[in-house]
Amino acid sequence: MQRRDFLSSALALAAASTLPAARAEVISGGQPWEPGKANVPSLPAPRQGGLAFFTQAEFDAAGALADRLIPADALSIGGKEAGCAVFIDRQLAGDYGKGATLYRLGRFVKGTPEQGTQSPLTPADRWRQGLAALDNHCHKTFSTPYAQLDGARQDDLLRQMESGKLALELGPDLEVKELFEQILANVREGFFADPLYGGNKGMASWKMIGFPGARYDFRDVIAKKGQKLSIIPTSLIDNTL
Amino acid sequence: MANVRPKADAVIVGLGWCGSLMAEELTRAGLNVVAIERGPWFETSTDFPPSVDTDELRWDTRRSMLLPPAIETTTFRNNRSQTALPTRDWSLNELGYNVGGSGTHWAGMAWRFLPFDFEPYSFTLKRYGKQQITEGLIVQDWGVSYDDLEPFYERFEKIAGVSGKAGVLNGQKIDGANIFEGNRKSEFPLPPLATTRLTDLFTDGSKKLGLHPFMVPAGQASQAYTNPLGVRMGPCTYCGYCLYYGCGNFSKSSPNACVIPALMQRSNFTVLTESAVLRATLAEDGKTATGVTYLDRNKKEWEQPADIVIFSAFQMQNVRLLLLSKIGKPYNPETREGVVGRAYSFQTVSGANLFFEDEQLNQYIGAGALSAQVDDYNGDNFDHTGKGFIGGAGILVVARGARPIGNADAVPPGTPRWGSEWKKAYTHAFQNGTFIFNQGTSFSHDECYLDLDPEYKDANGDPLIRVTFDYNENDRRMARFTEDRAVEIGKAMGAKIVNGFDSAAVNYGPYLPASDHTIGGAVMGLDPKTSVLNRYQQSWDVHNVFVLGASSFPNNAGYNPTSTIGALSLWTAKAIIDQYLGKRGPLVEVPA
Repeated sequence: MQRRDFLSSALALAAASTLPAARAEVISGGQPWEPGKANVPSLPAPRQGGLAFFTQAEFDAAGALADRLIPADALSIGGKEAGCAVFIDRQLAGDYGKGATLYRLGRFVKGTPEQGTQSPLTPADRWRQGLAALDNHCHKTFSTPYAQLDGARQDDLLRQMESGKLALELGPDLEVKELFEQILANVREGFFADPLYGGNKGMASWKMIGFPGARYDFRDVIAKKGQKLSIIPTSLIDNTL
Repeated sequence: MANVRPKADAVIVGLGWCGSLMAEELTRAGLNVVAIERGPWFETSTDFPPSVDTDELRWDTRRSMLLPPAIETTTFRNNRSQTALPTRDWSLNELGYNVGGSGTHWAGMAWRFLPFDFEPYSFTLKRYGKQQITEGLIVQDWGVSYDDLEPFYERFEKIAGVSGKAGVLNGQKIDGANIFEGNRKSEFPLPPLATTRLTDLFTDGSKKLGLHPFMVPAGQASQAYTNPLGVRMGPCTYCGYCLYYGCGNFSKSSPNACVIPALMQRSNFTVLTESAVLRATLAEDGKTATGVTYLDRNKKEWEQPADIVIFSAFQMQNVRLLLLSKIGKPYNPETREGVVGRAYSFQTVSGANLFFEDEQLNQYIGAGALSAQVDDYNGDNFDHTGKGFIGGAGILVVARGARPIGNADAVPPGTPRWGSEWKKAYTHAFQNGTFIFNQGTSFSHDECYLDLDPEYKDANGDPLIRVTFDYNENDRRMARFTEDRAVEIGKAMGAKIVNGFDSAAVNYGPYLPASDHTIGGAVMGLDPKTSVLNRYQQSWDVHNVFVLGASSFPNNAGYNPTSTIGALSLWTAKAIIDQYLGKRGPLVEVPA
């Protein structure tokens, strides 16, 4: 959750301008102006070793899952090489992973499908529980972690998770279908979000579908209706890619 | 109660479109106005320059500009036999959380409602008779007509810099524009936005069916513009970052771009940000409000005394503020008595998903309101005899800017959701997939209402709003009828695959795709037994409380609500300035 720090800004304003700032949140007599500030997104700092949330084993499993959900083929590099696991690792370490925006008060009671999830788990909890249960299952059944299985077997397990048939030993607050949806959503985000967040290496996904990325003005091409525009995409972080 | 701020002539709760328009009018009339906004200050240059704005993950997927459910959400159930549970994640309820409110992140569709939408009871009775109204349906006139509001719509469109073309101008119907709209006294302030391949396909296809397509009025400036408040807007660049985003070009109509720059120059205006109003405080006799109680960012409680209290928060928050302030009689669904929370409804959405064979739709180019629509099946624009319902839908395509994360499931039915086959299908669908959206009317029902949840509370310990809602038979019939029309148009557009959809074919749920235009619960009307507010959006019970927003709508139109809430806010501002300041009492006598 990003909230602007008005205390410091209002004090700075009071010193630098004629804008009255009797209290932090009281604004009158003109539009406040904060020199030297841009509201850029926060990114969690990696721990020593390069990871921000995952263990190495979790990171390997996430990369393997990403590589099956988004396999390398003629259209693009795979999800692992695109950095989906790096993206997910950073997301889970931050506000998103902690469920900072989720309503988590009151009793957690199972409801109707329309009422949506009533689980106390955060996205980070789901990944941690889910990957542990998946590797557990793979060790028991195949004597190897998920990341070491061959592609066909990995795909088969994903299909069983998607249909809700895979019997993973999950806690009472997580269903296997929910786990699959969590994984799929975050892998897709890692593939398609701006490279700023650690995935979408070389804007691979944008090149694949023909999305121009952080472009902000199409007045030069809007009249070229129905034509292939082949715009080279731009990113918020690195345009040498 | 140690913390008391200096008394204001008026306090405004929520600084979105309604609050900022009201503040502009009242400060210009010389009143000393304090607005209290729950979210932080947002500034174009700091918060949404082009290099910050173009971030789908942050603003769209993670909804970074909306009120987080962690702070306040609603509980929900389909009917009274169920126990309502909290909506814990982002849902259809998209509440603003910044100076500018929802008006900062909206798409920009700037509609006038039809004359029918304000007087559905009178129109229906006259054309079809009472038997057209299904059991339990709430159909009542608003107490204000389209003609009453016309000058205020015009004022709103000029302040917001709306781009469009008049379809009915001083009684003349104009081909190629919306010939079904209410009569306009003047042309739009700006010409329509550019068209795209998608809007061309829709226009050609619907014309083949004998329909009347037109470009939707847009809150995006098609040219550089200076509004009547002296605020300048830049031309839209068709970047497609509108809905869920701010605008880095000063092009999208918003309180931030169009009103607040003028407002902040006034010495008789103050805004308190990051401050959450808990309730209005009432005088001992309960007949007037003395001000509001709020929490500042440090959770310190304050009183803001004021002679006039304006609730202009989000629709559901207005209802909640009334209930928490004990203003008006809460609705009781068993006795059907009481009014606060009554007549809650939504919109009834159907349409069709389309997939072309070999198109280049380039849908990342667009604007939030860059759309083509037909109104032939909206409101009462067609004969409902024998159809068993009233109302209809605006049927449209939206070139609002396709985004890669958000579109990832927009692939032909039967496509796997991952793997190489999905990649191939999605790459094709990104240029060839689109949809027709029927934004349908909703009428409320005796069994659909808002009240305070008996169990779940917000972060401050106050009860959440409880939503009891499902689609009613009238609206379900309408959605089925218009779904078939969307399928016809999709086929006429030449799509290879045309798949109808109907949100009202299943139970309502806050996570299922539909619109986000929730309405009612504190409705305006002619009779205090069936409305919370009189025709000036003034509380029948506490005369110095006025409530602005879609909470005032007894029924929803087949359009986006913003211009109507804007026009109603300006209408109420005029009533306050011209009538209330001299009278300080009810502006409408309670009918005997």
